[in-house]
Amino acid sequence: MPGWDWGAFFRYLVSPYLLEGAWTTIWLSAVVMTFGLLLGLLAAVMNMSKNRALQSIAGFYLWIMRGTPLLVQLIIIYTGLPQVGIKLNVVQSALLGLSLNEGAYLSEIIRAGILSVPRGQFDAARALGMDYSTLMRVIVLPQAARVIIPPLGNNFNGLLKTTSITSVISMEELLRRGQMLIQVDFRVLEIFTVAALYYLVMITAWGVVQRRLEAHFGRSVTPTAERKRTNGAGTANVGSARLDRREMEHDLR
Amino acid sequence: MSGPSGTTSGQPIVEVENVHKYFGSLHVLKGVGMTVQRGEVIVLIGPSGSGKSTLLRCINHLEKIDEGRIRLNGHPMGYREAAGRPVELREREVAKQRQDVGMVFQQFNLFPHLTALENITAGPLHVLRQKKEDAERNARQLLEMVGLPNKADAYPGQLSGGQQQRIAIARALAMRPALMLFDEPTSALDPEMITEVLDVMLKLSEQGMTMIVVTHEMGFAKAAADRIIFMDEGRIMEEAAADRFFTAPQHERTRQFLGKILH
Repeated sequence: MPGWDWGAFFRYLVSPYLLEGAWTTIWLSAVVMTFGLLLGLLAAVMNMSKNRALQSIAGFYLWIMRGTPLLVQLIIIYTGLPQVGIKLNVVQSALLGLSLNEGAYLSEIIRAGILSVPRGQFDAARALGMDYSTLMRVIVLPQAARVIIPPLGNNFNGLLKTTSITSVISMEELLRRGQMLIQVDFRVLEIFTVAALYYLVMITAWGVVQRRLEAHFGRSVTPTAERKRTNGAGTANVGSARLDRREMEHDLR
Repeated sequence: MSGPSGTTSGQPIVEVENVHKYFGSLHVLKGVGMTVQRGEVIVLIGPSGSGKSTLLRCINHLEKIDEGRIRLNGHPMGYREAAGRPVELREREVAKQRQDVGMVFQQFNLFPHLTALENITAGPLHVLRQKKEDAERNARQLLEMVGLPNKADAYPGQLSGGQQQRIAIARALAMRPALMLFDEPTSALDPEMITEVLDVMLKLSEQGMTMIVVTHEMGFAKAAADRIIFMDEGRIMEEAAADRFFTAPQHERTRQFLGKILH
Protein backbone atom coordinates (compact mmCIF):
# COMPACT_ATOMS: atom_id res chain seq x y z
CA MET A 1 0.00 0.00 0.00
CA PRO A 2 2.61 2.53 -1.09
CA GLY A 3 2.23 6.28 -1.65
CA TRP A 4 0.04 9.00 -0.24
CA ASP A 5 -3.69 8.46 -0.79
CA TRP A 6 -5.55 11.77 -1.03
CA GLY A 7 -8.89 10.01 -1.08
CA ALA A 8 -8.15 8.27 2.21
CA PHE A 9 -6.82 11.51 3.67
CA PHE A 10 -10.07 13.39 2.96
CA ARG A 11 -12.14 10.49 4.19
CA TYR A 12 -10.29 10.55 7.52
CA LEU A 13 -10.50 14.32 7.66
CA VAL A 14 -14.29 14.12 7.99
CA SER A 15 -14.40 10.79 9.79
CA PRO A 16 -16.90 10.92 12.67
CA TYR A 17 -14.77 8.33 14.44
CA LEU A 18 -11.75 10.65 14.60
CA LEU A 19 -13.91 13.72 15.23
CA GLU A 20 -15.35 11.98 18.26
CA GLY A 21 -11.82 11.35 19.45
CA ALA A 22 -11.04 15.05 19.02
CA TRP A 23 -14.16 15.94 20.99
CA THR A 24 -13.00 13.63 23.77
CA THR A 25 -9.67 15.44 23.78
CA ILE A 26 -11.48 18.77 24.14
CA TRP A 27 -13.84 17.88 26.95
CA LEU A 28 -11.16 15.91 28.75
CA SER A 29 -8.88 18.96 28.65
CA ALA A 30 -11.66 21.31 29.76
CA VAL A 31 -12.72 19.14 32.70
CA VAL A 32 -9.12 18.53 33.75
CA MET A 33 -8.42 22.26 33.58
CA THR A 34 -11.41 22.98 35.81
CA PHE A 35 -10.44 20.40 38.42
CA GLY A 36 -6.80 21.41 38.06
CA LEU A 37 -7.66 25.04 38.76
CA LEU A 38 -9.61 24.13 41.89
CA LEU A 39 -6.83 21.84 43.10
CA GLY A 40 -4.21 24.40 42.15
CA LEU A 41 -6.00 27.20 44.00
CA LEU A 42 -6.38 25.00 47.07
CA ALA A 43 -2.72 23.97 46.97
CA ALA A 44 -1.59 27.57 46.41
CA VAL A 45 -3.61 28.86 49.36
CA MET A 46 -2.38 26.00 51.55
CA ASN A 47 1.16 26.67 50.47
CA MET A 48 0.90 30.34 51.48
CA SER A 49 -0.92 29.63 54.73
CA LYS A 50 0.82 30.22 58.03
CA ASN A 51 -0.21 26.74 59.13
CA ARG A 52 2.84 24.46 58.85
CA ALA A 53 0.77 21.28 58.45
CA LEU A 54 -1.18 22.70 55.50
CA GLN A 55 2.08 23.92 53.98
CA SER A 56 3.62 20.49 54.27
CA ILE A 57 0.64 18.74 52.70
CA ALA A 58 0.72 21.13 49.75
CA GLY A 59 4.48 20.79 49.48
CA PHE A 60 4.28 17.00 49.49
CA TYR A 61 1.60 17.03 46.80
CA LEU A 62 3.67 19.28 44.55
CA TRP A 63 6.79 17.23 45.18
CA ILE A 64 5.16 13.95 44.18
CA MET A 65 3.25 15.29 41.19
CA ARG A 66 6.08 17.30 39.71
CA GLY A 67 8.73 14.76 40.62
CA THR A 68 7.29 11.78 38.75
CA PRO A 69 6.27 11.35 35.11
CA LEU A 70 2.59 11.68 34.26
CA LEU A 71 2.85 8.38 32.40
CA VAL A 72 3.92 6.60 35.60
CA GLN A 73 1.15 8.30 37.58
CA LEU A 74 -1.49 7.20 35.08
CA ILE A 75 -0.28 3.62 35.01
CA ILE A 76 -0.19 3.44 38.80
CA ILE A 77 -3.74 4.80 39.03
CA TYR A 78 -5.26 2.65 36.30
CA THR A 79 -3.22 -0.53 36.41
CA GLY A 80 -1.65 -0.50 39.85
CA LEU A 81 -4.42 0.61 42.22
CA PRO A 82 -6.76 -2.33 41.47
CA GLN A 83 -4.14 -4.47 43.21
CA VAL A 84 -5.16 -2.80 46.50
CA GLY A 85 -8.83 -2.87 45.67
CA ILE A 86 -9.23 0.63 44.19
CA LYS A 87 -10.74 0.12 40.77
CA LEU A 88 -11.23 3.16 38.58
CA ASN A 89 -12.42 2.95 35.02
CA VAL A 90 -10.51 4.50 32.14
CA VAL A 91 -12.25 7.86 32.20
CA GLN A 92 -12.01 8.17 35.98
CA SER A 93 -8.32 7.27 35.91
CA ALA A 94 -7.57 9.72 33.12
CA LEU A 95 -9.45 12.54 34.88
CA LEU A 96 -7.85 11.83 38.24
CA GLY A 97 -4.30 11.46 36.93
CA LEU A 98 -4.39 14.48 34.65
CA SER A 99 -6.16 16.70 37.20
CA LEU A 100 -3.76 15.86 40.03
CA ASN A 101 -0.83 16.50 37.73
CA GLU A 102 -2.23 19.70 36.23
CA GLY A 103 -3.24 21.04 39.65
CA ALA A 104 0.34 20.82 40.87
CA TYR A 105 1.65 22.94 37.99
CA LEU A 106 -1.25 25.38 38.13
CA SER A 107 -0.78 25.91 41.85
CA GLU A 108 2.61 27.48 41.25
CA ILE A 109 1.15 29.75 38.57
CA ILE A 110 -1.70 30.78 40.86
CA ARG A 111 0.67 31.34 43.75
CA ALA A 112 2.83 33.62 41.63
CA GLY A 113 -0.30 35.49 40.58
CA ILE A 114 -1.44 36.02 44.15
CA LEU A 115 2.04 37.13 45.19
CA SER A 116 2.00 39.70 42.39
CA VAL A 117 -0.86 41.57 44.06
CA PRO A 118 0.59 44.37 46.24
CA ARG A 119 0.33 43.98 50.02
CA GLY A 120 -1.59 47.23 50.20
CA GLN A 121 -4.51 45.58 48.39
CA PHE A 122 -4.76 42.97 51.15
CA ASP A 123 -4.56 45.70 53.80
CA ALA A 124 -7.28 47.77 52.15
CA ALA A 125 -9.59 44.78 51.74
CA ARG A 126 -9.03 43.68 55.35
CA ALA A 127 -9.58 47.20 56.61
CA LEU A 128 -13.00 47.13 54.92
CA GLY A 129 -13.85 44.09 57.02
CA MET A 130 -13.50 41.47 54.29
CA ASP A 131 -12.74 37.94 55.44
CA TYR A 132 -10.15 35.86 53.61
CA SER A 133 -12.44 34.21 51.09
CA THR A 134 -14.18 37.48 50.17
CA LEU A 135 -10.85 39.23 49.90
CA MET A 136 -9.57 36.51 47.57
CA ARG A 137 -12.70 36.37 45.43
CA VAL A 138 -13.43 40.08 45.10
CA ILE A 139 -10.05 41.77 45.34
CA VAL A 140 -7.04 39.50 44.94
CA LEU A 141 -7.90 36.83 42.35
CA PRO A 142 -9.38 39.25 39.78
CA GLN A 143 -6.11 41.17 39.94
CA ALA A 144 -3.98 38.03 40.01
CA ALA A 145 -5.85 36.85 36.89
CA ARG A 146 -3.95 39.33 34.76
CA VAL A 147 -0.70 37.63 35.76
CA ILE A 148 -2.16 34.12 35.83
CA ILE A 149 -3.97 34.00 32.47
CA PRO A 150 -0.99 34.00 30.06
CA PRO A 151 0.86 31.05 31.65
CA LEU A 152 -2.49 29.39 32.33
CA GLY A 153 -3.34 29.56 28.64
CA ASN A 154 0.06 28.13 27.89
CA ASN A 155 -0.70 25.24 30.22
CA PHE A 156 -4.03 24.59 28.56
CA ASN A 157 -2.29 24.55 25.22
CA GLY A 158 0.08 21.93 26.61
CA LEU A 159 -2.77 20.03 28.21
CA LEU A 160 -4.65 19.63 24.90
CA LYS A 161 -1.61 17.73 23.63
CA THR A 162 -0.72 15.99 26.90
CA THR A 163 -4.12 14.26 27.00
CA SER A 164 -2.73 12.03 24.23
CA ILE A 165 -0.72 10.26 26.93
CA THR A 166 -3.94 8.79 28.28
CA SER A 167 -4.02 6.63 25.15
CA VAL A 168 -1.72 4.26 27.03
CA ILE A 169 -4.53 3.45 29.45
CA SER A 170 -6.82 3.13 26.41
CA MET A 171 -8.67 6.42 26.88
CA GLU A 172 -10.27 6.89 23.47
CA GLU A 173 -9.17 10.42 22.75
CA LEU A 174 -7.86 11.59 19.39
CA LEU A 175 -4.53 9.75 19.36
CA ARG A 176 -6.01 6.47 20.56
CA ARG A 177 -8.78 6.66 17.98
CA GLY A 178 -6.13 7.22 15.33
CA GLN A 179 -4.17 4.19 16.53
CA MET A 180 -7.32 2.07 16.51
CA LEU A 181 -8.16 3.15 12.99
CA ILE A 182 -4.66 2.24 11.85
CA GLN A 183 -5.11 -1.29 13.15
CA VAL A 184 -7.93 -1.65 10.62
CA ASP A 185 -6.72 0.45 7.67
CA PHE A 186 -2.90 0.59 8.03
CA ARG A 187 -2.90 4.17 6.60
CA VAL A 188 -0.46 5.48 9.20
CA LEU A 189 0.62 8.67 7.44
CA GLU A 190 -2.84 9.83 6.38
CA ILE A 191 -4.47 9.07 9.72
CA PHE A 192 -1.78 10.68 11.86
CA THR A 193 -1.59 13.67 9.54
CA VAL A 194 -5.29 14.18 10.07
CA ALA A 195 -4.84 13.76 13.83
CA ALA A 196 -2.01 16.29 13.80
CA LEU A 197 -4.20 18.72 11.82
CA TYR A 198 -6.97 18.34 14.39
CA TYR A 199 -4.54 19.17 17.19
CA LEU A 200 -3.37 22.21 15.22
CA VAL A 201 -6.93 23.44 14.77
CA MET A 202 -7.72 22.99 18.47
CA ILE A 203 -4.55 24.77 19.54
CA THR A 204 -5.13 27.62 17.11
CA ALA A 205 -8.72 28.07 18.25
CA TRP A 206 -7.54 28.11 21.85
CA GLY A 207 -5.01 30.80 20.97
CA VAL A 208 -7.88 33.05 19.86
CA VAL A 209 -9.81 32.39 23.08
CA GLN A 210 -6.72 33.05 25.15
CA ARG A 211 -6.09 36.45 23.56
CA ARG A 212 -9.71 37.39 24.32
CA LEU A 213 -9.30 36.32 27.94
CA GLU A 214 -6.11 38.30 28.31
CA ALA A 215 -7.76 41.38 26.86
CA HIS A 216 -10.71 40.93 29.21
CA PHE A 217 -8.70 40.62 32.39
CA GLY A 218 -6.30 43.35 31.40
CA ARG A 219 -9.01 45.86 30.53
CA SER A 220 -9.41 47.89 33.70
CA VAL A 221 -5.70 48.35 34.07
CA THR A 222 -4.96 49.43 30.54
CA PRO A 223 -4.29 53.06 31.50
CA THR A 224 -1.53 51.75 33.68
CA ALA A 225 1.32 54.22 33.72
CA GLU A 226 0.06 56.12 36.75
CA ARG A 227 -1.25 53.07 38.57
CA LYS A 228 1.94 51.09 38.27
CA ARG A 229 3.96 53.93 39.63
CA THR A 230 1.85 54.44 42.74
CA ASN A 231 1.24 50.77 43.40
CA GLY A 232 4.89 49.95 42.99
CA ALA A 233 5.81 52.54 45.56
CA GLY A 234 3.09 51.14 47.79
CA THR A 235 4.58 47.68 47.75
CA ALA A 236 8.03 48.86 48.61
CA ASN A 237 6.69 50.91 51.43
CA VAL A 238 4.54 48.31 53.05
CA GLY A 239 7.32 45.79 52.72
CA SER A 240 9.61 47.81 54.91
CA ALA A 241 7.62 47.07 58.04
CA ARG A 242 6.25 50.61 57.88
CA LEU A 243 9.05 52.39 59.48
CA ASP A 244 7.77 55.72 58.33
CA ARG A 245 10.92 56.44 56.46
CA ARG A 246 9.49 58.99 54.07
CA GLU A 247 8.20 61.13 56.86
CA MET A 248 10.71 63.84 57.32
CA GLU A 249 10.73 64.92 53.72
CA HIS A 250 7.13 65.89 53.70
CA ASP A 251 6.45 68.68 56.06
CA LEU A 252 4.16 71.59 56.28
CA ARG A 253 4.62 74.54 54.08
CA MET B 1 -19.94 45.23 67.86
CA SER B 2 -22.10 48.20 68.61
CA GLY B 3 -22.73 50.34 65.57
CA PRO B 4 -21.93 54.00 65.18
CA SER B 5 -25.41 54.79 66.42
CA GLY B 6 -24.63 53.70 69.98
CA THR B 7 -23.20 57.04 70.95
CA THR B 8 -22.63 56.95 74.66
CA SER B 9 -20.31 59.40 76.26
CA GLY B 10 -17.98 58.01 78.84
CA GLN B 11 -17.19 54.74 77.08
CA PRO B 12 -14.04 55.54 75.09
CA ILE B 13 -14.09 54.27 71.53
CA VAL B 14 -10.43 53.29 71.61
CA GLU B 15 -8.38 52.28 74.63
CA VAL B 16 -4.75 51.40 74.12
CA GLU B 17 -2.94 49.99 77.13
CA ASN B 18 0.75 49.26 77.45
CA VAL B 19 1.08 47.97 73.88
CA HIS B 20 4.32 46.41 72.74
CA LYS B 21 5.09 45.41 69.19
CA TYR B 22 8.16 43.78 67.70
CA PHE B 23 9.16 43.28 64.08
CA GLY B 24 11.63 40.47 64.59
CA SER B 25 14.18 41.88 67.00
CA LEU B 26 13.06 45.45 66.33
CA HIS B 27 11.04 46.80 69.25
CA VAL B 28 8.75 49.33 67.52
CA LEU B 29 6.14 49.99 70.19
CA LYS B 30 7.40 50.13 73.77
CA GLY B 31 4.43 50.31 76.06
CA VAL B 32 2.09 52.71 74.32
CA GLY B 33 -1.11 53.84 75.97
CA MET B 34 -3.84 56.23 74.91
CA THR B 35 -7.56 56.75 75.02
CA VAL B 36 -9.81 58.22 72.36
CA GLN B 37 -13.32 59.46 73.05
CA ARG B 38 -16.10 59.51 70.50
CA GLY B 39 -15.99 62.58 68.31
CA GLU B 40 -12.37 63.32 69.08
CA VAL B 41 -9.79 64.10 66.42
CA ILE B 42 -6.34 62.90 67.42
CA VAL B 43 -3.26 63.79 65.40
CA LEU B 44 -0.25 61.52 65.82
CA ILE B 45 3.09 63.04 64.96
CA GLY B 46 6.68 62.03 65.38
CA PRO B 47 9.87 61.32 63.46
CA SER B 48 10.49 58.41 61.09
CA GLY B 49 10.34 55.03 62.76
CA SER B 50 8.66 56.35 65.86
CA GLY B 51 5.90 53.76 65.50
CA LYS B 52 2.94 55.99 64.58
CA SER B 53 1.83 53.99 61.58
CA THR B 54 2.39 50.73 63.38
CA LEU B 55 0.21 51.90 66.26
CA LEU B 56 -2.51 52.81 63.77
CA ARG B 57 -2.28 49.39 62.14
CA CYS B 58 -2.48 47.70 65.53
CA ILE B 59 -5.71 49.52 66.33
CA ASN B 60 -7.57 47.71 63.53
CA HIS B 61 -5.46 44.60 64.00
CA LEU B 62 -3.68 44.74 60.64
CA GLU B 63 -0.70 44.11 62.90
CA LYS B 64 -0.80 41.83 65.91
CA ILE B 65 0.36 43.22 69.20
CA ASP B 66 2.86 41.31 71.29
CA GLU B 67 1.84 42.66 74.66
CA GLY B 68 -0.79 44.91 76.17
CA ARG B 69 -4.37 45.57 75.16
CA ILE B 70 -6.34 47.49 72.58
CA ARG B 71 -10.06 47.87 73.10
CA LEU B 72 -12.58 49.09 70.59
CA ASN B 73 -15.92 50.10 72.09
CA GLY B 74 -14.85 48.21 75.19
CA HIS B 75 -14.11 44.96 73.34
CA PRO B 76 -10.55 43.68 72.97
CA MET B 77 -9.54 44.16 69.33
CA GLY B 78 -8.53 40.93 67.62
CA TYR B 79 -8.48 38.95 70.84
CA ARG B 80 -10.74 37.48 73.41
CA GLU B 81 -9.98 36.73 77.02
CA ALA B 82 -9.75 33.05 77.88
CA ALA B 83 -8.76 32.25 81.46
CA GLY B 84 -7.13 35.64 81.78
CA ARG B 85 -4.96 35.19 78.70
CA PRO B 86 -5.60 36.82 75.36
CA VAL B 87 -6.42 34.37 72.57
CA GLU B 88 -6.41 35.64 69.02
CA LEU B 89 -9.83 35.71 67.41
CA ARG B 90 -10.61 33.80 64.27
CA GLU B 91 -10.00 35.71 61.11
CA ARG B 92 -13.73 36.03 60.37
CA GLU B 93 -14.38 37.56 63.80
CA VAL B 94 -11.57 40.07 63.38
CA ALA B 95 -13.04 40.98 59.99
CA LYS B 96 -16.33 41.69 61.70
CA GLN B 97 -14.67 43.96 64.24
CA ARG B 98 -12.91 45.90 61.49
CA GLN B 99 -16.21 46.90 59.91
CA ASP B 100 -16.45 49.64 62.50
CA VAL B 101 -13.05 51.11 61.67
CA GLY B 102 -12.31 52.85 58.39
CA MET B 103 -8.74 53.20 57.21
CA VAL B 104 -7.09 55.48 54.67
CA PHE B 105 -3.59 54.62 53.49
CA GLN B 106 -0.62 56.64 52.38
CA GLN B 107 -0.60 54.87 49.01
CA PHE B 108 -4.42 55.00 48.67
CA ASN B 109 -4.58 51.25 47.89
CA LEU B 110 -7.62 51.64 45.70
CA PHE B 111 -8.62 48.44 43.91
CA PRO B 112 -7.25 49.04 40.40
CA HIS B 113 -9.59 46.57 38.70
CA LEU B 114 -12.71 48.34 39.99
CA THR B 115 -14.17 51.72 39.06
CA ALA B 116 -14.39 54.49 41.65
CA LEU B 117 -18.01 53.60 42.29
CA GLU B 118 -17.21 49.89 42.59
CA ASN B 119 -14.37 50.67 44.98
CA ILE B 120 -16.83 52.49 47.22
CA THR B 121 -19.52 49.83 47.02
CA ALA B 122 -17.14 46.87 47.49
CA GLY B 123 -17.46 46.89 51.28
CA PRO B 124 -21.21 47.55 51.51
CA LEU B 125 -21.96 44.90 48.84
CA HIS B 126 -19.59 42.12 49.85
CA VAL B 127 -19.27 42.70 53.59
CA LEU B 128 -22.53 44.34 54.68
CA ARG B 129 -24.56 42.58 51.94
CA GLN B 130 -26.43 45.75 51.09
CA LYS B 131 -28.67 45.84 48.05
CA LYS B 132 -26.90 47.09 44.96
CA GLU B 133 -29.11 50.14 44.44
CA ASP B 134 -28.76 51.17 48.10
CA ALA B 135 -24.99 50.78 48.02
CA GLU B 136 -24.73 52.75 44.78
CA ARG B 137 -27.03 55.54 45.93
CA ASN B 138 -24.95 55.92 49.07
CA ALA B 139 -21.73 55.75 47.03
CA ARG B 140 -22.90 58.58 44.76
CA GLN B 141 -23.66 60.71 47.81
CA LEU B 142 -20.16 60.02 49.08
CA LEU B 143 -18.67 60.93 45.68
CA GLU B 144 -20.56 64.20 45.95
CA MET B 145 -19.24 64.72 49.46
CA VAL B 146 -15.61 64.26 48.39
CA GLY B 147 -16.18 66.51 45.39
CA LEU B 148 -15.93 63.88 42.65
CA PRO B 149 -19.50 63.33 41.46
CA ASN B 150 -18.36 62.84 37.85
CA LYS B 151 -15.75 60.19 38.51
CA ALA B 152 -18.02 57.24 39.34
CA ASP B 153 -16.95 55.25 36.29
CA ALA B 154 -13.29 56.18 36.28
CA TYR B 155 -10.70 53.55 37.14
CA PRO B 156 -8.08 54.48 39.74
CA GLY B 157 -5.41 54.52 37.04
CA GLN B 158 -7.26 57.36 35.36
CA LEU B 159 -7.36 59.54 38.48
CA SER B 160 -4.80 61.88 40.03
CA GLY B 161 -3.33 61.04 43.42
CA GLY B 162 -5.54 63.55 45.19
CA GLN B 163 -8.63 62.19 43.48
CA GLN B 164 -7.65 58.62 44.34
CA GLN B 165 -7.20 59.50 47.98
CA ARG B 166 -10.59 61.19 48.12
CA ILE B 167 -12.16 58.06 46.60
CA ALA B 168 -10.30 56.02 49.21
CA ILE B 169 -11.84 58.17 51.96
CA ALA B 170 -15.28 57.66 50.42
CA ARG B 171 -14.62 53.91 50.25
CA ALA B 172 -13.85 53.81 53.96
CA LEU B 173 -16.86 56.00 54.85
CA ALA B 174 -19.22 53.75 52.88
CA MET B 175 -18.97 51.22 55.71
CA ARG B 176 -20.31 53.90 58.09
CA PRO B 177 -17.44 53.39 60.50
CA ALA B 178 -17.46 54.72 64.04
CA LEU B 179 -13.76 55.54 63.76
CA MET B 180 -11.50 56.60 60.90
CA LEU B 181 -7.77 55.94 60.80
CA PHE B 182 -5.63 58.02 58.44
CA ASP B 183 -2.10 56.76 57.82
CA GLU B 184 -0.21 59.70 56.31
CA PRO B 185 -2.98 60.38 53.84
CA THR B 186 -1.20 63.22 52.06
CA SER B 187 2.44 62.08 52.18
CA ALA B 188 2.37 60.49 48.72
CA LEU B 189 0.66 63.46 47.08
CA ASP B 190 2.02 66.26 44.97
CA PRO B 191 1.81 69.52 46.92
CA GLU B 192 -1.04 71.00 44.89
CA MET B 193 -3.25 68.02 45.71
CA ILE B 194 -2.75 68.01 49.46
CA THR B 195 -5.34 70.69 50.16
CA GLU B 196 -8.19 68.91 48.39
CA VAL B 197 -7.67 65.85 50.60
CA LEU B 198 -7.23 67.87 53.80
CA ASP B 199 -10.43 69.78 53.01
CA VAL B 200 -12.39 66.52 52.95
CA MET B 201 -10.80 65.48 56.23
CA LEU B 202 -11.63 68.83 57.80
CA LYS B 203 -15.21 68.50 56.67
CA LEU B 204 -15.34 65.05 58.26
CA SER B 205 -13.98 66.32 61.55
CA GLU B 206 -16.56 69.09 61.57
CA GLN B 207 -19.27 66.47 61.12
CA GLY B 208 -18.10 64.89 64.36
CA MET B 209 -16.27 61.85 62.97
CA THR B 210 -13.85 60.24 65.39
CA MET B 211 -10.46 60.32 63.70
CA ILE B 212 -6.90 59.26 64.42
CA VAL B 213 -4.60 60.88 61.90
CA VAL B 214 -0.91 60.28 61.33
CA THR B 215 0.29 63.32 59.45
CA HIS B 216 2.90 66.03 59.15
CA GLU B 217 0.36 68.62 58.06
CA MET B 218 0.60 70.90 61.07
CA GLY B 219 -1.94 73.24 59.50
CA PHE B 220 -4.47 70.43 59.63
CA ALA B 221 -3.44 69.55 63.17
CA LYS B 222 -3.99 73.13 64.35
CA ALA B 223 -7.31 73.41 62.57
CA ALA B 224 -8.86 70.06 63.38
CA ALA B 225 -7.11 68.26 66.20
CA ASP B 226 -8.53 68.09 69.69
CA ARG B 227 -5.36 66.49 70.92
CA ILE B 228 -1.91 65.96 69.54
CA ILE B 229 0.19 62.98 70.47
CA PHE B 230 3.91 63.07 69.89
CA MET B 231 5.66 59.73 69.51
CA ASP B 232 9.35 59.01 69.48
CA GLU B 233 11.20 55.69 69.44
CA GLY B 234 8.10 53.64 70.09
CA ARG B 235 6.86 55.69 73.04
CA ILE B 236 4.35 58.45 73.51
CA MET B 237 6.51 61.39 74.63
CA GLU B 238 3.87 64.04 74.94
CA GLU B 239 0.16 64.43 74.64
CA ALA B 240 -1.63 67.75 74.77
CA ALA B 241 -4.50 69.84 73.49
CA ALA B 242 -3.60 71.24 70.07
CA ASP B 243 -3.05 74.88 71.09
CA ARG B 244 -0.97 74.01 74.14
CA PHE B 245 1.08 71.50 72.18
CA PHE B 246 2.40 74.09 69.74
CA THR B 247 2.77 77.01 72.13
CA ALA B 248 4.05 75.27 75.22
CA PRO B 249 5.54 71.86 74.48
CA GLN B 250 6.68 70.23 77.70
CA HIS B 251 9.25 67.76 76.52
CA GLU B 252 12.68 68.54 75.15
CA ARG B 253 12.27 65.99 72.30
CA THR B 254 9.00 67.63 71.30
CA ARG B 255 10.65 71.05 71.16
CA GLN B 256 13.45 69.67 69.00
CA PHE B 257 10.99 67.96 66.66
CA LEU B 258 8.75 70.99 66.37
CA GLY B 259 11.81 73.13 65.78
CA LYS B 260 12.72 70.94 62.83
CA ILE B 261 9.31 70.83 61.22
CA LEU B 262 7.90 74.25 61.98
CA HIS B 263 10.49 76.25 60.04
